[in-house]
Amino acid sequence: MKPFDYYRAADLTEAAATHQPGSVFIAGGTNLVDLMKLQVMTPDRVIDIARLGLDRIEDDGDGLRIGALVSNSDLAADPRVRKRWPVLSRALLAGASGQLRNKATTGGNLLQRTRCPYFQDLATPCNKRTPGSGCAAMGGELRNHAVLGTSAHCLALNPGDMAVALRALDAVVEFRDAQGIAHAHPIAGFHLPPGTTPDVETVLPPGALITSVALPAPKGDRQIYRKVRDRASYAFALVSVAAVLRLERGRIVHAALAFGGLGTVPWRDPAVDALLTGEAPSMVLFDKAADLLLHPAQPREGTAFKLPLTRRLLRAVLEEATQ
Amino acid sequence: MLITLDINRARHSLDLDPRVTLLDALRHHLGLTGTKKGCDHGQCGACTVLVNGRRINACLALAVMHDGDQIITVEGLEETGASALQKAFIAHDGFQCGYCTPGQLCSALGMLEEVRQGWPSHVSPSLEPHPVLTRAEIAERMSGNLCRCACYPGINAAISEFGGAAEGTTSEDAA
Amino acid sequence: MTITLTTDGPAEDRMPEMKQGLVGVATPRPDGPLKVTGRAVYAAEDLPEDCAFGVLVRAPAPGTITLANADELAAFDGVLSVLQDPAMIRRTAQGGAGKAPRQGPGTADFAGQAIALIVAESFEAARHAARTARVIVTGDPGLIDPAAANPEGEPKAQGDLDSAMREAEHTVDVTYRTPSMASAAMEPHAAVAWWQGENVTVRSSLQMLKDNRAELADCLGIPQDRVRLLAPFVGGGFGSKLGIAPEAVAAALAARRLGRPVCVVQERRQVFELVNRRSESHQRIRLAADAGGRLLGLGHEALVSNLPGEDHIEPVTQASRFAYAAPHRVVGERVARVSLPTAGSVRAPGEAIGVTAFECAMDELASATGIDPITLRLRNIPDRHPQNGKPFSSHRLEQALTEGAERFGWAGRNPAPRQRREGEWWIGTGVAAAFRVNTLTEAEARITLTSEGALVETDMTDIGTGTYAILTQIAGEALGLPVDLVTVRLGDTDLPPGSGSGGSFGAATTGNAVWLAALDLRQQLASRLGCEEGDLSLQDGEARVANMRRPLVALLNEGSLTGHGHIRGGEALKQVRQATYGAHFAEVAVSDVTGEVRVRRMLGSFAAGRILNPLTARSQCHGGMTWGIGMALTEGMVLDRRDGHVVNRDLAEYHVPVNADVPPLTVHFVDERDPWAGPLMVKGIGELAICGAGAAVLNAIHHACGVRVREWPATPDRVLVGLA
Repeated sequence: MKPFDYYRAADLTEAAATHQPGSVFIAGGTNLVDLMKLQVMTPDRVIDIARLGLDRIEDDGDGLRIGALVSNSDLAADPRVRKRWPVLSRALLAGASGQLRNKATTGGNLLQRTRCPYFQDLATPCNKRTPGSGCAAMGGELRNHAVLGTSAHCLALNPGDMAVALRALDAVVEFRDAQGIAHAHPIAGFHLPPGTTPDVETVLPPGALITSVALPAPKGDRQIYRKVRDRASYAFALVSVAAVLRLERGRIVHAALAFGGLGTVPWRDPAVDALLTGEAPSMVLFDKAADLLLHPAQPREGTAFKLPLTRRLLRAVLEEATQ
Repeated sequence: MLITLDINRARHSLDLDPRVTLLDALRHHLGLTGTKKGCDHGQCGACTVLVNGRRINACLALAVMHDGDQIITVEGLEETGASALQKAFIAHDGFQCGYCTPGQLCSALGMLEEVRQGWPSHVSPSLEPHPVLTRAEIAERMSGNLCRCACYPGINAAISEFGGAAEGTTSEDAA
Repeated sequence: MTITLTTDGPAEDRMPEMKQGLVGVATPRPDGPLKVTGRAVYAAEDLPEDCAFGVLVRAPAPGTITLANADELAAFDGVLSVLQDPAMIRRTAQGGAGKAPRQGPGTADFAGQAIALIVAESFEAARHAARTARVIVTGDPGLIDPAAANPEGEPKAQGDLDSAMREAEHTVDVTYRTPSMASAAMEPHAAVAWWQGENVTVRSSLQMLKDNRAELADCLGIPQDRVRLLAPFVGGGFGSKLGIAPEAVAAALAARRLGRPVCVVQERRQVFELVNRRSESHQRIRLAADAGGRLLGLGHEALVSNLPGEDHIEPVTQASRFAYAAPHRVVGERVARVSLPTAGSVRAPGEAIGVTAFECAMDELASATGIDPITLRLRNIPDRHPQNGKPFSSHRLEQALTEGAERFGWAGRNPAPRQRREGEWWIGTGVAAAFRVNTLTEAEARITLTSEGALVETDMTDIGTGTYAILTQIAGEALGLPVDLVTVRLGDTDLPPGSGSGGSFGAATTGNAVWLAALDLRQQLASRLGCEEGDLSLQDGEARVANMRRPLVALLNEGSLTGHGHIRGGEALKQVRQATYGAHFAEVAVSDVTGEVRVRRMLGSFAAGRILNPLTARSQCHGGMTWGIGMALTEGMVLDRRDGHVVNRDLAEYHVPVNADVPPLTVHFVDERDPWAGPLMVKGIGELAICGAGAAVLNAIHHACGVRVREWPATPDRVLVGLA
């Protein structure tokens, strides 16, 4: 861990004022401290925002406003979330461990970085870690890598569970920029695919700080989060699906499907949702949805299994959700 | 940087490099080596301690961020009424090499409090009712604590006995 | 006085004469209170005053190494030394080496090798400098892919297997592939070293102190009597701590150079690279059987790998030499020499993967013949060692299988796959036999009897195996003392040399040494009473001869008595085949949607001689069975095809089973006394339970859903390809 200056911010204004190039904000630290120890991240200045008080979940009309510092545990256990947004509770509970969920925060978890082993390995080139150095994953050993949204520069998978559920729930990320101006950005498009700049992972400008996540009223009452992993618990997703559906008179009137383990960002394809909407559920329809979803996929040795796995998982989840 | 930590109900003032984790503050600066370092990256749970009543991985926490916090480590368990859990670990042989044990103990106490609060888990059949402390619930909730000797049967039996007795719940198949 | 015994033949069982009633009784660990309160001291703890911290620098790839910025690193704030000492070791010693492994920092044999040590005032400063090291690698990395090598060695042939395969009613010819596996003990390898004049003391996480002392002395170029090793508590071993490792040597060298104590702990990512791995294997298994399932021929040929110059060749086929009768046989290993991390002993080297693959193949034969898998195995139990004709010392495979089957509820199983379904889950059961060779090495022990009770001393280690408990029980049993009057001191080379912990020989070897030391004391007590030792009855701190009862304390004349025991393996290891046997049963559920496998219950039935402590023995079996689950379902090191570095070198991506992976486990011990195994008649239990455990799981997967997974672990993707 490179030496750094540590500041504990008393409020948002101070947090913003303390920030300068080379600074990072730290809240739970579960991802940042890990990467700082590896010197994958080498901030000059670490600004502690853990005591800013952004740790409440408040009613917001028919939705919720989740403070950026709400822990994964508290969010998963919130009675309102459990009742009306169970897909979010389930996604959170399927991630990490009890200890990590107690520390990890809503804002921090949205910014969780890839588990690509080459990203974490200073001895190998990585365009995300060191722009322009190359990508060791290509031609290397792939498993927890993306098949959707990849580029010639990066195959890194977004490892989140919570973000996948938020994607299916049309959450809005609220942040203050370095000048203190409040912004709101739909979770769609919040994470950026690698393109030619894998090091740029979100739309957040330098010095911006996530303050909350707005959760609109759920558009579907049939909510499922299902995650496939290499062991029964405490492992990242091979593939996961967050499904939020509503049925009326035997037809799907709302469909929102988001995927983990597949994309360089929490994946959702509006065309897949549109294909399902207005239709009566059937295996033929579900297969068409899988075709559409996976059509742009670029499987490689080591990640090709994700396609049939996703198809089977999607069919099972849709079948369960439309019963 | 000067900070104060309340560890096992005693105040400790420390002057620390901000890079020092809570785990290394305990082990290197306070000689409290009961809390173990298994991976140093939040992947094994051996460093689990209770901070303000909640279980966390001490290896991923910067000590300076916990200025003023109340920390309970394995060395403080006897005073916090957990000696029955410690005895149950011995009786059920809930450890072999013993290296993960302090983390298992602290994690178990934090976990049982989470159950008391009604938190669901990944294996809870429903998110709604109060969770029941079944073997499956214990196993899922304790999965953040690796035991390579694989004393999971003994660990679960010990937690079941301790937690069950306190809560009036039962484990369906404790060894 | 010392009682010395070389095991040259069957022993007499004197346990029934003993009255205290400790051996064979479930006894909690005497070290338990220390372990549950955090007071047990492991290697990198209780650091001496003024201790500096060291972090090892890794080579990014194999080749010739230059640390390009050593001067820059040495100038970092807090850095005390950048050590590149020719005495540093490049490889972790193999078990029992007794001498320095390859030394010198200028070359890396494999990616991840330690090439320098940064020592600093603080751990944080040392880590930062180590991470900032710029290591240049040049030259040829050597061969990375074992399949591309021209392997050494030739399996041993008897009869004509090819003909047997052509003529047999039923044949199986399959190849199983197993990945490299990591021991991944919870305590990382660690050492703290301090010098007093010419003498060095090192507290380290080690299994075999007498060998490790010799290895460290050889590395440092000093006589053994100037090296003292301490390992009172070891946070798991599983073979990984059999040999001296780079951090211990580097700590001792740095402490000497700096004139102050130095603590070096391998980072978890380093443990995955520096610690000897279990070799990957390609195992071709051929079975030729008649219509009744009797084996006419069997072939078990394994390709494994290791670095050039390493003598450890994973003995994959060790049990196949004696497990089943068959006149025509081809059995043995070939080794590919590659630039991959050192291969060495990991829990049950050989049988762990060899028996597991072979038992999968036997299940394939059961399917091919339509014979029940248990019946098939029973029909092929040999009367004598099939390769050399020697008798077995004791053979309890049949009992292990039948008693296990009864307890598991095997009878009435429909052998056809894909018959039981619960929702999306296919349910199936599987069985496998377990085999593990048994041995006894050499150990000494001392017991001092005082008015306080008995003090048992040996440099033996307790790596979680229960040594403190069983030595307490053995000494207490023979001396008639309750457990709270027996104290066991371990893990200090100032004490008599024990066997060390490894190869499942610890309990038998060091246990028998303690037993002999106790018999020595019994003789001394008898002579003080003027009776024959055999007429002496000791119980609850009293000596009883005929109608006379005397407190032991009264016989000490306000002094103390010391007994010594010394055991070593002899002809008993050569005249017969000693082995342990068992049977594994598993029930699994396989998701038809995802290919995920959940083990629902497991039962292990084991014959390992006298069970000294059913509580700690059961825990060891739980461990082995769980390792079997890991082998079958989750564990495998991924080595980069380009430079051989370990890609998944952390506990997030190398998946050891978590609590939720492990179902209720039942352990049954088959009653056995093996007189060839020494006076205690105990055999090793620490490794038997892993041998074949994974096969029960894999065979159950096949029974559940019809998929044979021949490349492990059976992760969802590998199961999925076989699901319709």
